[in-house]
Amino acid sequence: MDLTDKTVLVTGSTQGIGLAIAQAFAKQGANIVINGRHAASREVIEAIQGENVTCWDLSADITDPDAVQKMIDSIYEKTDHLDIVVNNAGIVNDKLLNRMSETDFSQVINTNLTGTFNVIKACLRPMYKARKGAFINMASVIGLTGNIGQANYAASKAGIIGLTKSVAKEAALRGLRCNAIAPGMIDTAMTAQLADKVKAEILQQIPLKRLGSTDEVAQVAIFLAENDYITGQTITVDGGLTMQ
Amino acid sequence: MTNDEIFSKVQAIIVDQTGEDADKVTMTTNIKQDLDADSLDIFEVINEIEDEFDIKIETEEGIETVSDLVTFVEKQLAAKDKE
Repeated sequence: MDLTDKTVLVTGSTQGIGLAIAQAFAKQGANIVINGRHAASREVIEAIQGENVTCWDLSADITDPDAVQKMIDSIYEKTDHLDIVVNNAGIVNDKLLNRMSETDFSQVINTNLTGTFNVIKACLRPMYKARKGAFINMASVIGLTGNIGQANYAASKAGIIGLTKSVAKEAALRGLRCNAIAPGMIDTAMTAQLADKVKAEILQQIPLKRLGSTDEVAQVAIFLAENDYITGQTITVDGGLTMQ
Repeated sequence: MTNDEIFSKVQAIIVDQTGEDADKVTMTTNIKQDLDADSLDIFEVINEIEDEFDIKIETEEGIETVSDLVTFVEKQLAAKDKE
């Protein structure tokens, strides 16, 4: 798929990996829908527009199906096609299991997993009609391996991998594709908060001995959008952390 | 809207969705079996009908034939008129 003039929605794209993905698609000539719970900053929008593409900023809470439907309807009011949807929005709320309340667990599931479902569901009707489109869902290596203090996050990301495969099988009937990316330790605001000692321990376990960059994750999103024969896959971007 | 008018519109939508000839789509046609339509075809036919008639079809349960669809639309339109 040539990405020029395509419309790409990236949820949770006002910062971090989501923003890097939005910028990477803009560099390829795609028009971008930025999304977050709150409006994007002027700098973010200008950075996207600097690639000579159109940038729409549509804030919506992805845990709210009605708000998601309004966002998708709004995209189709602005342009007659939505080609790629990157489900990136997600949260963490790390706690050991014995300290994790049901609310701590379900909030993470609701945003990361149910939120991804809400966005995909709202897109299906117009995308089935168009007989084309691709979903890229942000999973995590934690969804493959599990992690201490991250039962909620791991469950949500493992769920995304199962969701991805099911959507891939169902939507393939109409020529749509669905894949997932499972990043490892990526240099973002989230990992910057880690204590130096913890970071050093993690780096020990990564064969490439460094954190990944948001751009390296974005490259995989571009690849999955461009290649029309890959579907139902989860691509890890982790410096070798989970290789078997 | 008369029953015939509803049928004509439903027939046109099914023809467009399944690529079948119009004369194969009659009131007694079983959408899945006679037209070899899959679940997504039915989903899309229902979506188109919702848009065409401005009604909401919450479930496709009980909808097997074209006649079932026409009757459903008829009832929904009558209920809408009462509102």
